[in-house]
Amino acid sequence: MAESLVYRELGDPSRRFWSLLALLAVPLALAAGSYFYVEHYGHIVTGMDNQIVWGMPHVFAMFLVVAATGALNVAVAASAFGKTAYRPVAPLSALVSLALLVGGLALLMLDLGRSDRMIVAVTSLNSQSVFALRVILYDGFMASVGVYLWFLLERRMNRYIKPAATMALLWQLLLITGTGLEFGFNFRAMYDSVLYAPMFIAFASAYGTAVLILILLAVCRWEDSLVPDELSRRLKNLLGISVGAALFFAVLFLSSKYELPRSRDVARFLLFDGGVYTALLWLGQLAMGGIVPLALLLRARVSRASLATACILVVLGGLAQMYVTLIGGQAYPQILFPGMIESSSFFDGEIHPYAPSLPEVLLGIGGIALAASIVAVALRALAMLPERLDQAAGPQA
Amino acid sequence: MSRDANDGLSRRGFLAISATTLGGVMLAPGIRLIEIAAARSPEQAVSKLVRWGLLIDINKCAPGCSECVKACATENAIKSTGHARTDPQWIRKVELKDMRTGRTSSVPVMCQHCEHPPCVDVCPTGASFKRADGIVLVDRHICIGCRYCMMACPYKARSIVFEEVTGQNADVPRGKGCAEACTLCVHRVDRDQQPACVEACARAGHNAMIFGDLNDPQSEIAQRVAKYASTHIRADLLLNPGVRYQGL
Amino acid sequence: MKSIGIGARVGRSASAICLLALMLPALAFASDRVPKPVIAIDKPGRCVEDTATMRREHPDMLRHQRDLTMHEGIRTRKHSLKECVECHASAKTGTVLGENGFCQSCHDYASVRIDCFSCHASRPKLAMGAKP
Repeated sequence: MAESLVYRELGDPSRRFWSLLALLAVPLALAAGSYFYVEHYGHIVTGMDNQIVWGMPHVFAMFLVVAATGALNVAVAASAFGKTAYRPVAPLSALVSLALLVGGLALLMLDLGRSDRMIVAVTSLNSQSVFALRVILYDGFMASVGVYLWFLLERRMNRYIKPAATMALLWQLLLITGTGLEFGFNFRAMYDSVLYAPMFIAFASAYGTAVLILILLAVCRWEDSLVPDELSRRLKNLLGISVGAALFFAVLFLSSKYELPRSRDVARFLLFDGGVYTALLWLGQLAMGGIVPLALLLRARVSRASLATACILVVLGGLAQMYVTLIGGQAYPQILFPGMIESSSFFDGEIHPYAPSLPEVLLGIGGIALAASIVAVALRALAMLPERLDQAAGPQA
Repeated sequence: MSRDANDGLSRRGFLAISATTLGGVMLAPGIRLIEIAAARSPEQAVSKLVRWGLLIDINKCAPGCSECVKACATENAIKSTGHARTDPQWIRKVELKDMRTGRTSSVPVMCQHCEHPPCVDVCPTGASFKRADGIVLVDRHICIGCRYCMMACPYKARSIVFEEVTGQNADVPRGKGCAEACTLCVHRVDRDQQPACVEACARAGHNAMIFGDLNDPQSEIAQRVAKYASTHIRADLLLNPGVRYQGL
Repeated sequence: MKSIGIGARVGRSASAICLLALMLPALAFASDRVPKPVIAIDKPGRCVEDTATMRREHPDMLRHQRDLTMHEGIRTRKHSLKECVECHASAKTGTVLGENGFCQSCHDYASVRIDCFSCHASRPKLAMGAKP
């Protein structure tokens, strides 16, 4: 029987840690400033208008939420599917998942037109609303991951890890499917496809795993240690499969949009005529976020540097994909009269321009900083890192 | 009493029967009318026996005319701020050109007051709601300004208010940060008046817009839609809007 | 003399500070720096309820009325915000907000933010046509 895992906090020295927190405080403060600025003057000071209603904060928020759901994969693989090599990093995976979700949710709440009504948002729920269901999904996910994390760390609860992990897996699936269908069930030309559900599951796995690997590499660097070869190899494979799946679904989605006459116009816009959206799709999502990382990862032995590079490219590709999905989906006009050329004083029938404004971008970066701060503080305060990364252990350890 | 040559109905008898029948026929719809479409008093709640609707005849809609748009802005105190991209618009004229035939037309588009509104389905707080009589409204007391309704609406009917609003019409509260759209002039409808756009169109002599109770078979709108073909915008979505169009 | 530990010392200072903080509101009553609300009733006649009831319950009245009006279309005049504004708008400034505004001055005194008039008109509607 393998020995039980021993967990500990992030190593010293503390001065370096306080410097890290001070560094993170800068984007946090800027984001807070941006929030109060927009809340006071109204969304007129942002780049959003009645045509592009969700801007940069939503791009970052959706990325964080999607990555949050996927970051749990490693922990679930360890606890629900018995992949013992991942067990040492299961708590880290759960923590990163929670932190990313909190960062994403914070962005969504702070970008409300009436953010003074945040309490209303979580207490007065419309029973018919798919969107209100998402509030329940978020809360359920956070609760189940919280419980699972607790069971992982507390020795006497270790025997209940598998059911807790299964529960967390269920909520994870519900949440990511719901996120995908938020777009999938929308009538806009660029959405309106149930493929968004599996596509977002693949995106989640890719982005979440990439973020997790980056954090793991950063932690090892902080402590001057190395990620063991076996763990590194498995993580590389997981990331590679996820990126491959993401690429597959993206290509399937784009092809299906192009193939059907009713959506060929929007497919042409995305693939050829969309200007910045086309560039971000091809260079960002498909090349940087798909083909190049696959080329880096599909080798037997991958150096740390290549792994880190692949992860960074996946993250950047993910942000590009979210921009194309969110902003591009709104830039392409709603078609009220198929087969007609539309024009009006309310900008029907034209591609809507959008330029991100500084407050929006600062708020978005603040969301990332919030997630990072939560990870940093939790690792320092709580014993979540394994004494040994190469100690493969069963779910009950 | 005198008797006719034919054995049967006397003249009096005939008149009596005719009068009774006629009276009965007239009273019967009268009784139903009182049931359905009588003016609702302010203390009464709205009921789903009524379904308010608009019928817009594109053939009568004059290109270049925007009386309905101007009337809406005046009635609801929507002032232009000079930033067209962020100014709310509750009704607009969409200029159309058929790509294949070259036919041009001009269509007033506003919130379609769907029977199955996607905006109501997605609103997380329930601020976007459908009243029992079919009018879709935004309860700005609980609207949090998340703009999901704007993403979901296939008719681009909703706007969000980007700046502080002053000088509101006391009957039409609207403010910064909340979503809003055509209310079918609910404050006028509740006073048995017509929406401002419909009135303005009639005043301008075009009479392209009719407002009324789609559930009342005696109303002009119900009789027209029963007689002449009418359709919805994006009828394929099967949302069953209360706004119908002729000549699309 | 026994020396007390740091924990006890912190505890003592904390409770002292709390006690002082709790006494602060007394200063508000004592001083005349906080201007009393100006309740100027320009229009003659009585309010829909008596003063004590209005003061205590106007938030609940308004909240109840708004749901009836919004969702059920019930537009009786008795507890309607529009009627309040009609009557209570200052004759001089024409609004219930502003320095000595009827709503504003009490709310400023009680330090309760009024959210109503970000959407609702704070001025009475100009007389035009029949009202319900």
